[in-house]
Order: sequence, then C-alpha cells, then structure tokens
Amino acid sequence: MLPALGVLFDGAAYGMLLFLMSVGLSVTLGMMNFVNLAHCSFAMLGGYVTVTLMNALGWPFLATLPAAFVAGAAASIVLERIFFRRFYNSNELNQCLLTIGIVFMSIATAAYIYGTDQQPMQLPSYLQGSFTVAGIDLAVYRLFLIVVAALITAVLMLTLESTRFGAQVRAAVNNQRMARGLGIDVDRLFAVTFALGGGLAGLGGGLALPMLGLDPSFALTYLIYVLIVVSVGGLGSIAGSFVAAMLLGVADMAGKYYVPALGSVLIYLVMLVMIMWRPTGLFGRR
Amino acid sequence: MTSETLAAAASAAPAGPNEFLRAQARWRWSEIAFWLATLLPFVLTPDYLILASQVAITALFALSLDLILGFSGIVSLGHAAYFGVGAYTAGLISVWGWGEPLTGLLAAGLAAGIVGYITSFVIARFRHLALIMITLGFCLLLQEAANDANWLTGGFNGLQGIQTWKLLGIFDFDLYGYTAYAYALAGLFVIFLVARRIIHSPFGLALRGIRENSARMPAIGAPILSHIRTIYTIAAIIAGIAGAMLTQTTETASLESLGFQRSADVLVMLIVGGTGRLYGGLIGAAVYMVARDQFSGLNPQFWYFWIGLLLIAIVMFLPNGILGGLELLARRLKVWP
Repeated sequence: MLPALGVLFDGAAYGMLLFLMSVGLSVTLGMMNFVNLAHCSFAMLGGYVTVTLMNALGWPFLATLPAAFVAGAAASIVLERIFFRRFYNSNELNQCLLTIGIVFMSIATAAYIYGTDQQPMQLPSYLQGSFTVAGIDLAVYRLFLIVVAALITAVLMLTLESTRFGAQVRAAVNNQRMARGLGIDVDRLFAVTFALGGGLAGLGGGLALPMLGLDPSFALTYLIYVLIVVSVGGLGSIAGSFVAAMLLGVADMAGKYYVPALGSVLIYLVMLVMIMWRPTGLFGRR
Repeated sequence: MTSETLAAAASAAPAGPNEFLRAQARWRWSEIAFWLATLLPFVLTPDYLILASQVAITALFALSLDLILGFSGIVSLGHAAYFGVGAYTAGLISVWGWGEPLTGLLAAGLAAGIVGYITSFVIARFRHLALIMITLGFCLLLQEAANDANWLTGGFNGLQGIQTWKLLGIFDFDLYGYTAYAYALAGLFVIFLVARRIIHSPFGLALRGIRENSARMPAIGAPILSHIRTIYTIAAIIAGIAGAMLTQTTETASLESLGFQRSADVLVMLIVGGTGRLYGGLIGAAVYMVARDQFSGLNPQFWYFWIGLLLIAIVMFLPNGILGGLELLARRLKVWP
C-alpha cells in the first residue's frame, strides 16, 4: 500500500510537468489546428536558460524560472510571426515538416553550444532532501513541483472560465469562424495564446531540470509524451490535458516501478487504445 | 500542382479513361535516361558502391512511402515499423540457418505484409492528427517491444550472426559492394515497375481521387476503406523488402532500423524529392544520402541543423520538392516532354 502512494506522488509530480509542457500546445492546436511539433523545443530553451543563468551568472534557481517563461514566450512569438502564421491554412503534413525542421535545428544548436552531455545543476538547499509523512518519503522538490503546477493550473482555469480573454479563447476554440464573425481578433488572440503556451513550456523545461535532466535530445524525447497528452486529452481542452498528463505520469511511474520488463511498451499501448477508442481525445469536441 | 499536371495531361490526351491512363503510362525519355544513369556508379565511382547500394535501398523505402503518402494522402510518421519488420525477419531467418537472399526477401515481404494488412484496418479509419499519432505510436511500440525482446532480437546490441549466402549461388556479397549495388538496384527497378503499373491502373487513379477528395470518392462508388487497406499493405510489403535488403547487404539488423528517426528521415527524403511523382523518393534518397556521406565529417548532431534548414526552405519555397521545382522550370522553358 505504501509504495503505491509513493508511486502516486512521484507520478503526480511527473504528470504536473507534462501538463505544463503540453497545455499550450493543446490550446493552440484546438484553436488553429496548427500541429506544432516544435513545442518541446520551447521547453528545452527554458531548461537551457535556467541552467545558464544559474551556472554562469549565479542567479538563484527561483529567479531563473520567470526568465525561462519569458524566453519560451519570446521564442514562440518570434517563430509564430516569422514562420507559423503562413501555415495556418496549410495541411498538417506541411505543418509537421516545418516544425520538425525547427526541432532539428534547435537540437543541433543546443548540441553545438552546450555539447551532448546532461547539464549539471545544483538545487538550492531548501528544495533538496525529503521528509516522511505517514511512512511515505516525499521529496521536497516534487512537492514544490506539485504545488507550483497546481497553482498555475488554478490560475489558468480561472482565467479561461471567468475573464473576457478566456471567453474569447473558448469561443475561438469552439468555432473560429463564428468568433471572427463576432468581431474577435482571432489572429491577435492566437498570437497571445501561443506566447503564453510557449512561456508555460519554457517554465516547464526549467522546472523539469532536477527531475528529468536536460540534453539536446530533450526536444524529441518529451515531444512524444507531450503529443500523447494532447491527443489523449483532446484538442483545446485544459481539463483534458490535465487529466491525460496525470494519467500518463502515474501510469509511466507505475509501469517503471511494477513491471520494468515491459519498459515503455505499456504507455504506447495505452495511448494507441485510447486514440482508437476516442479519436478526438477524452475531452475533445471535434 | 498535381491536379494541374493531371488536367494538362487530360487536355492533351484523347478522350476516354483508357486512353488517358495509357498516355500517362507512356515511358518518357527522361525516365529512360534516369535508369541508365543509375548504372553509372559501376563505372564512375566504383569506390562508393556500398553507399550506392544503400541509396538504392533507401530509395525503395521512400518509394513505398510515396505510394501511401504521395498518391493516397495517408500521412505516416511510423513507416519504419514495416522496414524494421522486414529487416528483422531477414536477419532472423539468416541466424536460424537459411541465408539465401531471394527467399529471405520473400519471407520479409510476407511478414511485413501481414503486419501491414493487420494494421491497415486501423489506419484506414483515421485521418489527421489521430492518424499521425497512431502511426507514430505503433512505430514506437514496435521499437520498444524489439528492445524488450532481448532473447529474440538481441535488444539494444542488434541481431548478431547474420550471414548472407551467395546471390543465386554465384555472386558473393563482396567488400566493394558490386553485388550489393547490383542486387539493390535490380530489386529497386523491378519493384519500381510494379509500383508504376499500380499507379497507372484504374486502382491508382482511384487512390489519387481519395487523396484529392476522400468525401466525394465514396459518392461515386469507390470503396475507399478497402482501397486504402490494399495500398497500405502493398507499401508495407515494399518497405519490408527494403528492410530485408539492408539487413542482407550489411549483415546487421539493429533497433535503429525501426525507430522514429528512420521514419522521419524517409519522410524528409520524400518531401525533398517531391511527393506523388514516383521518382521523388528516389531523387530525394540520393540527394539526402550523398549529402550525409559528404558531411559525415561533421558532428552528426550538427548535420541535423542543415536538414532542418533544408526542410523549412522546402516547405516554404518549394512545396513540391526538387522534382516539382524542376517541372516548373521545364514548363517555363517549354522543354517538358
């Protein structure tokens, strides 16, 4: 029983990370049907910003996280303005190819600047170690992750449900043409959402450092997980992404803990079955 | 662009579907020149025959992807799954004591075809993002399974102890790659003829119809699900044969043969060459493999920087690949046959 709770805790922390890295992609995909495979490159950028600021400039860890957010957001705005906006009306194959080209370039650039090794990083002492509650070891950093991600999720949900901006986003996801007809500037809205999503991915990359590590293959390795979250959760659904990320995080941890012989086979199998069962995802409307 | 060419061909050809197909299927001088040029490496670059054989094998793989992606509009990010099934089948047969290459090819094609036929029932029902995720997921699943099945596949280290017997009992697979290139080229040519025949049949025309408008085709009575299943199985067989050829000529089979990387690579090659043109994958494979060989002094990680740049440039400025660009140029200069 006790190890099960521990696995649940670790899986939840992992799921929170996956959620942060994928929620932006889910919303932008739902709004514009734009398949952005480069989404995890923003997360990788956030990770490298955090590492560089900490190791080269001596910033404290917590101060680097907003910087990672800003870096992810800035990069996504630049890419959206230069490349992506030309492809909103293109087919998904062209979108895939364009963005996978960006993934390749980001990986090569990261390898050129930082080398292919894992990046070293030292957590501040107040985030290290673990404490025991009712016989379960809880790592401080993972608890921190869960709290931060839960806060962000709450803010996102509130923004989406009860602000004017959120209502516009929901309208654009539901029916883009109708939203345009009502005078909503969907292009501007989309650019803002895209930046927000890129920023959250950057933040996720920074937060992922102590747990998942960072090397240039990050952009491809976790892209697959992010795609699973998005397609299982359903396009344009924050709640769907959250549930899917949690399921994936816990299932992956449990699989590695209880049936290590199966490796990742279980995850892919579950994903295939889910997509065949609900092609639009758990919470998807289309 | 393709519909334009179709329309241009239709206006030039006499009326009637049979005449239209026959006019499409006519051999052009540029095609004959292309196939004669494939013999040049024997004379001009005998030191690079191993590379040439790998180009021919990869071209065959790209051709199989062209059949489903270029002609039928089925986007797949996991086509290496069938390449890998063929590669491992040929490897396993050899390890178990039967290294005869031609029967190995047949067995590999059969195995990949069976896997392809089974998966095609799922593939035919999905489109868009769900289809991309299913093909990708299946490819990753198979790679993970091969990694876990250590006892069968050798896992991470690859399959050990593959030996390929003499081709037809006469030609040894030599160090310089004479036999390898001749073998791969012959295989490519024969299968190319088959693919060309399929594309220029009424069935091939129906596939292009599905690509252009999958809602209208059932309305005129085309059974699109069974058409997609058929072409997907054929493509899987061809991919399996390509995989078997790679195993037989290199005498290795590794996990890398069914990974995401290979799926992405072959997609890039096809896009660079131009989809839906039969020759696109062939040209793309040659350009890609030769360029990679030339740049192999570079850090392999850095090679992907240029591939990424190339992809972006192609998608933005040359949406129909090299062949599409050449066609445009030829039409401007009015030299297209």
